[in-house]
Amino acid sequence: MSALQARALRKRYGDLEVVNGIDLDVAAGECFGLLGPNGAGKTTTLRLCLGLTYPDAGTIELLGEPVPARAREARSRVGVVPQSDNLDPDFTVAENLLVYGRYFGMSRAAVAARVPELLEFAGLAGRADARINTLSGGMKRRLTLARALINDPQLLFMDEPTTGLDPQARHLIWERLRRLTQEGRTIVLTTHFMEEAERLCHRLAIMDRGRLITAGSPRALIAEHIEPQVVEVHGSGLDRWLDQARRLAPRVERAGDTAFVYAGDAAPLIGTLREQHELSFLHRPASLEDVFLKLTGRDLRD
Amino acid sequence: MRWIAVWRRNFLVWRKLLIASVLSNLADPLILLFGLGYGLGALLPSVAGMSYIAFFAAGTLCSATMFTASFESMFSGFSRMHGQKTWDAILYAPLTIDDVVAGEIVWAASKAWLSGATILAVAATFGLAASPIVVMALPVAFLVGLAFAAVGLIMTVLAKNWDFFSFYMTLIMTPMTMISGVFFPAEQLPRPVLAVAQALPLYHGVELVRPLVAGDWPRNVLVHVTVLVAYAAAGYAIALYFARRRFTA
Repeated sequence: MSALQARALRKRYGDLEVVNGIDLDVAAGECFGLLGPNGAGKTTTLRLCLGLTYPDAGTIELLGEPVPARAREARSRVGVVPQSDNLDPDFTVAENLLVYGRYFGMSRAAVAARVPELLEFAGLAGRADARINTLSGGMKRRLTLARALINDPQLLFMDEPTTGLDPQARHLIWERLRRLTQEGRTIVLTTHFMEEAERLCHRLAIMDRGRLITAGSPRALIAEHIEPQVVEVHGSGLDRWLDQARRLAPRVERAGDTAFVYAGDAAPLIGTLREQHELSFLHRPASLEDVFLKLTGRDLRD
Repeated sequence: MRWIAVWRRNFLVWRKLLIASVLSNLADPLILLFGLGYGLGALLPSVAGMSYIAFFAAGTLCSATMFTASFESMFSGFSRMHGQKTWDAILYAPLTIDDVVAGEIVWAASKAWLSGATILAVAATFGLAASPIVVMALPVAFLVGLAFAAVGLIMTVLAKNWDFFSFYMTLIMTPMTMISGVFFPAEQLPRPVLAVAQALPLYHGVELVRPLVAGDWPRNVLVHVTVLVAYAAAGYAIALYFARRRFTA
């Protein structure tokens, strides 16, 4: 069953086609990642799927409800973790959950029954009465996640869930998200951390300039788009070595002082590098980040 | 009725910050009432057949209600909408911008009503109200609150930054307070100025409350109530239009 389906979605702001005819299919129970550089249209796509912004063209079905026509009904079974935390600073942790539950029509008793479990999940047990400004960035993000779960949603939208968090906080969020998909919930997340997408997402789509460039599982995308081995090289004499390397590798990318050399078999390249004492190199398997940079380019955005 | 959840959110914040909130909403108008009322009142034998302080109490009730409603829907509303992104969080839930606009307006009117009601209670305690009929000023205060909350929220959903509100405060609210009969009878103003006052909501609130404080039934009730309701309804519709444009475009 499809949890989210979008067809030929378009949204224009002024002359800018922010979302330019995209199709999305997210199956129930999967973690789906929407990747793209800043300004690719990821957040706008999420807003369209939630019925917060109306599309210029296209159709959306979220949990079986047409959006935006029945967005309200769809949102009652959806949770949202936004890019920047918007917890209520005047309230305690528990009050934030209480007030948010009321937006879903929940009674005080119904919220209170869920609070201990949610705080436990968010690693905030014993913090029910803490004020928001006493929480760290990671705690705030976890509370925002707990808040998004108040209505026991079938589907969770997360806009860059770990941006700005330290590694400990990020790993905890990842572990919790995996637990949520194991419980059968669907997750749609946007990110530009490839590591995050590679670890969490069953499937993902790469978006740029309002269009979807490609979609598939992280492994499939790597296999489809890029040579399996990468050698990163920098140092003096790089250009001379590259003349030699180009005969051994199908693809070379240059970013400033560093060359990224992609090959099916890196052994011959490594062989030639052993003789070049002026050059430093790093040999590693190709990752999703290589796919991403190949497809969206190395130029800076925004 | 989903907007009630928005109202209750604001009510909970108010309850937590009760003392500061009540102090700022009531101390100012009450100091003004007793300071000016007794000070100036000593010089004036009577105004429009009432003691000056009773005359001024009716005006203060309306202007304090207006200021509370306007501050709440503009400054506090803008903080919730823009600074804290509270409205964004609400919109992820099964609420719409229509619910937020309704909740914010009724909340600001409720808070304003409380200002008006408290001033009325203080005035009654000091024997400034001539008869029990004065309780009819309570629904009037809520109506004044609704009118200014709705108009204030238009400013909020149009605002790009805090400075925007200064124009409305300085160019509209302050002069309106001067010409609407809060401090002195509006009838002594030149005709064209009086006509301007009569086109604005505050004048109609004062025209309803002052006779009630004096113990009389106001005249032209229907006209005054209609103007206040019209401002509330039109303000709501316009605020909703621009809020939808700002949030769902």
